[in-house]
Amino acid sequence: MTSMPRLVVSDLTIAMDRSNVDVVDQVSFTVDAGEVLGLVGESGSGKTTVGLAMLGYARRGLRFLAGSVALDGQDIMQLRQGEVRKLRGARIAYVPQDPTSALDPSMHVGKQVAEVLKIHSGRADRTQIRQRMEEVLREVALDPTQELLRSYPHQLSGGQQQRIGLAMAFACRPSLIVLDEPTTGLDVTTQRHVLETVRSLCGQYGVAAVYVSHDLAVVGDLVDKVAVMYAGRIVEYGRTSIVFGQPAHPYTRGLLAAVPTLDRAAVLSGIEGQPPRPGNRPNGCAFSNRCSRADEECVTSDPTVREVNQRQLRCFHPIESGTLSRSVLTPNRLDDMSGTPHLEVRDLNASYGPKPVLHEVAFSVSRGSCLALVGESGSGKTTLARCVVGLHRRWEGDIQLDGQALPAGYRSRSDVLRRQVQFIFQNPYTALNPRRTIGATIAYPLQRFGGLTRAEQSERVESVLRDVALPTSYLSKYPDQLSGGERQRVAIARGLVVEPEVLVCDEITSALDASVQAVIVEMLRRLQADRGLTLVFVTHNLALVRSIAQDVVVMAHGRVVESGAVYKVLDDPQMPYTKQLLADVPRLKGQRWDADSADVHQTTAGAERP
Amino acid sequence: MRTSKTGGANEGAKLRRKFEAWGLIRRALRTTRGRVGAVLVALVLIVCIIGPFIAPHSPTAFVTTPYGPPSSVALLGGDNLGRDVLSRVLCGGWLLLLSALAATLLGVAAGSAAGLTAAYSGGRVDGLIMRCVDVLLAFPALVLALLLVSVAGPELWLVVVAVALAHAPQVARVIRASALDIAERDFVHATELLGERPRRVVSREILPSLTSPLMVEAGLRLTYSIMIIAGLSFLGFGLQPPSPNWGAMINENRNGLGVGPGTNNWGVMAPVFLIAVLTVGVNTLTDTVARVSLGIQRSSDSQPVADPDLVLVTGGPA
Repeated sequence: MTSMPRLVVSDLTIAMDRSNVDVVDQVSFTVDAGEVLGLVGESGSGKTTVGLAMLGYARRGLRFLAGSVALDGQDIMQLRQGEVRKLRGARIAYVPQDPTSALDPSMHVGKQVAEVLKIHSGRADRTQIRQRMEEVLREVALDPTQELLRSYPHQLSGGQQQRIGLAMAFACRPSLIVLDEPTTGLDVTTQRHVLETVRSLCGQYGVAAVYVSHDLAVVGDLVDKVAVMYAGRIVEYGRTSIVFGQPAHPYTRGLLAAVPTLDRAAVLSGIEGQPPRPGNRPNGCAFSNRCSRADEECVTSDPTVREVNQRQLRCFHPIESGTLSRSVLTPNRLDDMSGTPHLEVRDLNASYGPKPVLHEVAFSVSRGSCLALVGESGSGKTTLARCVVGLHRRWEGDIQLDGQALPAGYRSRSDVLRRQVQFIFQNPYTALNPRRTIGATIAYPLQRFGGLTRAEQSERVESVLRDVALPTSYLSKYPDQLSGGERQRVAIARGLVVEPEVLVCDEITSALDASVQAVIVEMLRRLQADRGLTLVFVTHNLALVRSIAQDVVVMAHGRVVESGAVYKVLDDPQMPYTKQLLADVPRLKGQRWDADSADVHQTTAGAERP
Repeated sequence: MRTSKTGGANEGAKLRRKFEAWGLIRRALRTTRGRVGAVLVALVLIVCIIGPFIAPHSPTAFVTTPYGPPSSVALLGGDNLGRDVLSRVLCGGWLLLLSALAATLLGVAAGSAAGLTAAYSGGRVDGLIMRCVDVLLAFPALVLALLLVSVAGPELWLVVVAVALAHAPQVARVIRASALDIAERDFVHATELLGERPRRVVSREILPSLTSPLMVEAGLRLTYSIMIIAGLSFLGFGLQPPSPNWGAMINENRNGLGVGPGTNNWGVMAPVFLIAVLTVGVNTLTDTVARVSLGIQRSSDSQPVADPDLVLVTGGPA
């Protein structure tokens, strides 16, 4: 590092227009040419806001209060609108999160890529533009055939769309590129290809990149430096190997401990509580109310940034013990696993209208165990779950609960069956009636099935609320006063209150941050053990399977690819599809594993306390 | 949205909880636009309600010459038969207002029942209801009402029913569209999975979420009701002479429009003014309610937009 860094951000502060309350406070970092910096944090930490500030852009309602963003020594904050506009797309490029909505649906993709070049390379003629366009498409591993150039975004796959986004970003050979979660929503295989493209292009052309993401595994794999953000501030910043290898801030450590991993069945420990809303940072250390190490000082005074062990840190009581250690779950098989299956699916064929989506699917779950249904989007795993609970009616085949065949639709099932199989929806933001209090929501199934007095009902509701670790004061709250994780707990409580035997969970953590996901998954595992629940856990996250399930069914294109015990399938996959899938999952490196100590029944104890 | 200041999250949550009709109106009344609408409506309401008690003359008494000019006896002059315009205006509003309200309530109730049934049943029932709605929609509201009244006779209750019937198909369309959206939400599925009866799913899960479209629709329909009923009265349907009525007054007195002796513009202008104020007021208030509820929806879209996984979530069934 002899020359000046390409990007120097110093004391960047962004505030709300109306109140002047800052949502991003004194953010500083540097990125060299060819280097990738990761900005990570939970939702609402301000990472996207910082990312957009690199383009001299503040979202509506926000404005730059102080600080500078210097690209090759030129402060973008000082430029006028017109000058910044000239930089965007040319020297600073942006790859948005969702390519489906970022590309113009009514324009050929070739034209969209050419448009960037046309705008920024004033006098270049058509053949030059065409040449450069084909070149950049090849760089992002797309074949610039006439067919591709003349297709509309909706005709391309998600991965191809994101490559078009990357091509547009790299078209003018920018000095700086901001990537805002560009691989979210892509399958792991596609994600790996896109990430490799990003890495090689940045290295090859000396582009400085800022990679905004909530996915620590992806970031750990890709970036050179990482800045961990919490409540609008960077709390830990340094080289990835150092920050992720020996996390010093309790928050970084918490985030890492919440990431499920493919290699071992880790005890996931989430971070309890929720981050402050943007602009509502409490006094003192913003993390103090969720931190196990916090003391008087943390609550009253603000930690400043200091250099600790080759990283910048904003914490009074950093952890000095080195590598993050995690407890391992012993592969846990419950006693009465043998014998007749509790839930069995045979020869299941299902369709949406004329389109078949499931082909001869079969699996079985023993009583009290957890089966994970894994697959990429479009594999039919959600449809399968919906068939089991009766939400999807158009299927043929056999679904048996305790040897008793289940009718296809929920309407033709008896109350007993409806009660025995409960379903938890994917999206906690739509799963609860916004006009009903939490108490009424949980009590509703009890009223529906009857047989309990009012007093018994409320007793049941309160006890199940305790089971999902929510205070009884929540009974009178409405869903919009709760965070996503809390809403999902309420949804789980609503399912558990009727004491079902089978719980079907459809991607219940995919809308949540990893730190919240960990809390939910641990809670679910505890409840499963306590109540002897049979669990069907649908997920696209292979790493999560280890931490919750005993058996796994891998699905692709509506068929079962491979199934069996988790440790067998994940450690020794037989099918090429499964092998590829496992190879493509990004992994966190540099973690130490404690001896096989914890088991299912004591997992709620803090797993990572040194 | 200039109402929320530093009180921020807490106040917002409280307001959102009061998503029900009354809360919406209260929020609407906090805006200047809403207050203007409310004041206009209130003015006309006061005229209608206390008018009959403060009218200086009987509305059917002959107190001055036909189209007599304003004088101390008749402040707004005389109408085509020499009755007091002021007294007739003061007494001629409440029935119009009442019948408009009744027609609106009836129309919105019938329309939303049809719309909800269509949306939730789907399939053939949906097709049948909506085709009937389409047929009714093919007639302009006024023509439909005219048709009914001319066939069945100019009874006031018939006018009300006719106007209600003219509204129902439009309400049905709007409510069906909103209900279709709500019916696909997971919380509705959750209740269905409990084996709840369809009628209760509709009334307990879907209907409460339709408060704001229902209110906006009711306000809009009220405006139309006033205009249609006044229009029908103008055409001679509805309330029969000699009882006073704003719509009929316009018709009776239109020969008196003009300048010079033998004319009295108040006979037309006073009812026109009141109808206009009422319509504008109701419309402004409705519009504010619509804006407010949209604002609440936006701010209560508490789904964190920056949350990456939502791309997956909103991507539809996997």
